[in-house]
Amino acid sequence: MSIAIEKEKCVGCGRCAEVCPGNLLVLRDGKAGIREVKDCWGCTACVKECPRQAIFYYLAADLGGAGGRLYAQDSPDTLTWIMKWPQGTEDIITVNKNKSNEY
Amino acid sequence: MQIREEKADILIIGGGAAGCFAAITLAEEYPGLSVILTDKANIKRSGCLAAGINALNAYITPGHTPLDYARYAAEDAAGIARGDLLLSMAEGLNRVTAKMEKLGLVIQKDTEGNYVTRGPRNIKINGENIKPLLAAAVNKAANVRVLNHVNMVDYLLSEGKVRGAWGIDITQERIYLVAAGAVICATGGAAGLYRPNHPGHSRHQMWYSPFNTGAGYAMGLRAGAEMTSLEMRFIALRCKDTIAPTGTIAQGLKAAQINAKGEEYQKTYGNTTAQRVHAVVAENLAGRGPCYLKTQGITSEEESNLEKAYLNMAPAQTLRWRETGLSPRTVNVEVEGSEPYIVGGHTAGGYWVAENRATTLAGLFAAGDVAGGAPQKYVTGAFVEGEIAARAAAEFACQNPPSDATAEIKNSVVSAVKKYFTKSPPSTFDADSLEEAMQSVMDEYAGGIKTCYRYTEASLKLADAHLKRLAKLSDSLRAADFYDLMKIFELRERLLLCRVLVSHLAARKETRWPSFAAHLDYPDKDSAYEKYVNSKLVAGEPQIIFRPLVKLPGGEPQ
Ligand SMILES: Cc1cc2nc3c(=O)[nH]c(=O)nc-3n(C[C@H](O)[C@H](O)[C@H](O)COP(=O)(O)OP(=O)(O)OC[C@H]3O[C@@H](n4cnc5c(N)ncnc54)[C@H](O)[C@@H]3O)c2cc1C
Ligand code: SF4
Ligand code: SF4
Repeated sequence: MSIAIEKEKCVGCGRCAEVCPGNLLVLRDGKAGIREVKDCWGCTACVKECPRQAIFYYLAADLGGAGGRLYAQDSPDTLTWIMKWPQGTEDIITVNKNKSNEY
Repeated sequence: MQIREEKADILIIGGGAAGCFAAITLAEEYPGLSVILTDKANIKRSGCLAAGINALNAYITPGHTPLDYARYAAEDAAGIARGDLLLSMAEGLNRVTAKMEKLGLVIQKDTEGNYVTRGPRNIKINGENIKPLLAAAVNKAANVRVLNHVNMVDYLLSEGKVRGAWGIDITQERIYLVAAGAVICATGGAAGLYRPNHPGHSRHQMWYSPFNTGAGYAMGLRAGAEMTSLEMRFIALRCKDTIAPTGTIAQGLKAAQINAKGEEYQKTYGNTTAQRVHAVVAENLAGRGPCYLKTQGITSEEESNLEKAYLNMAPAQTLRWRETGLSPRTVNVEVEGSEPYIVGGHTAGGYWVAENRATTLAGLFAAGDVAGGAPQKYVTGAFVEGEIAARAAAEFACQNPPSDATAEIKNSVVSAVKKYFTKSPPSTFDADSLEEAMQSVMDEYAGGIKTCYRYTEASLKLADAHLKRLAKLSDSLRAADFYDLMKIFELRERLLLCRVLVSHLAARKETRWPSFAAHLDYPDKDSAYEKYVNSKLVAGEPQIIFRPLVKLPGGEPQ
């Protein structure tokens, strides 16, 4: 499990580095990078913070991962989660921020 | 070496649930006092609340009283909890909930405007943004200055009082010296002591925050503070692999726990938090594992609600369901126990505090997961403790204005940092390899996953010897930058906490909580141990102190 950064999408705004609870993200040559993939907690704070959807979360092989990528798009009222699958399809789940969990 | 000096009436270390609530309280009730809050990360997403949470687990629901809550928590801890602390915490739960709602937290309500309960003690929320909401309130406070990315390392002491603390600024690469009239420690609990469920690539796919490394405990121990009940470890029962919470399914959907044969096993073992973990261990050992939460057959609507609930706090679980196609409607959710943590907000390990959350060191107060004696605090209990500690710290600070750190203190801080930047002699080890070694030692000799959480007197002795060796090796570590330096300090905190934890495990010669503290030489509960195991460091060595129980009115169930 960890996150990965798609460098071509990154605009170097530094927002991800600011919010990581473990100080794991750093800007180098204007692009974000992770110090050590094994240190990521998977909290997805950076994934939600990135304005360009340049960061995705994934499950590694040791957690039963199969290549899916989880992106998020934040807006004032909704949080949209985009799951992209290796075969090119995707699933989208939108969560209403003003509505409580059912469970 | 650049040093920045700051001064404030009150220093709050750690801006998580408890620290942020302390700051908000000081802003509202003591606007004339200056406050500095430092966090090792940015308070917008730092600490346990980073991903969001899924319910308020501590709330007094209609028909119940704070005393009911306190009795439940004491019973779950088999009597080893502080009645006074539990009551003062429980009495504040609904007050802080109302305040959190005002700060913007979405809480589910019925048509009459009452909160919707999820169980006898919890209510339903959308907790994804609870941390950004708290941070926004703190950042708005006129008398509070937030120093993000400043990791505190040790208290500043003078004449037996805590007079501030020093730390390192990870991004600006400098030392911070913060002089204060009073200090509130709210650094959370400790993870990463034991080998985790997935020691390789996904080593940090753990329940508790791997960035809460026990700094507060270590700082307190080094300064001579008394700790309590560290042996009451917390082991989380979680969804297999993702280590996502199970309460959403168990309480939200009322799903039964079944073994591989489809039998509901929980009744055989009792239903305390420790017994629920133990049940899974025992079923596995008896050849009836793996164990599951029975979700097969739930409706599509229930499934979709579950997916959303997990996205709001543990997105890995939803990704996993979708990715594998093994959705909860078709396949039961497997559960496993995590590695042990020290978390004063779930079990009782932490600073020994008075009812006003004063520690045994003058000028130092503790709140949240770092404070002991009051289990089942959860997020709302941490808020209440933040509030209580803030008021007591404010009173103390009014009598004790801050004073500048002496040149002597400054010099000793600089040399404590410089030591790790000298190039020679180069170290054969790095912090990562020593951390791995420490986790193996704890796993094998101090009751980790490998031994199904069990240990013996002989194994604890070995653990202690190895921990001493590793602590010595950690002296020779070298840092390339301030991030590296933080990793070294984190390792040293964990090593110290592990040693004291091992001495607590050895001191409680009974098994009161299965799995949480399972002593193979003393496998039964012993009424002689209806007392607290406390500790202090004396000349660098853990010293155990036993203290009599502080019971609830009417006594508490053992
Ligand atoms: C994954 C998870 C899910 C949870 N879900 C729920 C839930 O649904 N409902 C519920 O009621 N409770 C839940 N809890 C419990 C709740 O989050 C905790 O009880 C609460 O956050 C404890 O507050 P705290 O302030 O003690 O610790 P934290 O909130 O973790 O704050 C500690 C802070 O200290 C900072 N810090 C640590 N070391 C240092 C240092 N050396 N210098 C400076 N700063 C430092 C950290 O960065 C952090 O910000 C959950 C906990 C976890 C881990
Ligand atoms: S997922 Fe969380 S821990 Fe991992 S890099 Fe992003 S912010 Fe940091
Ligand atoms: S938030 Fe996104 S765009 Fe900004 S630096 Fe991080 S990865 Fe790049």
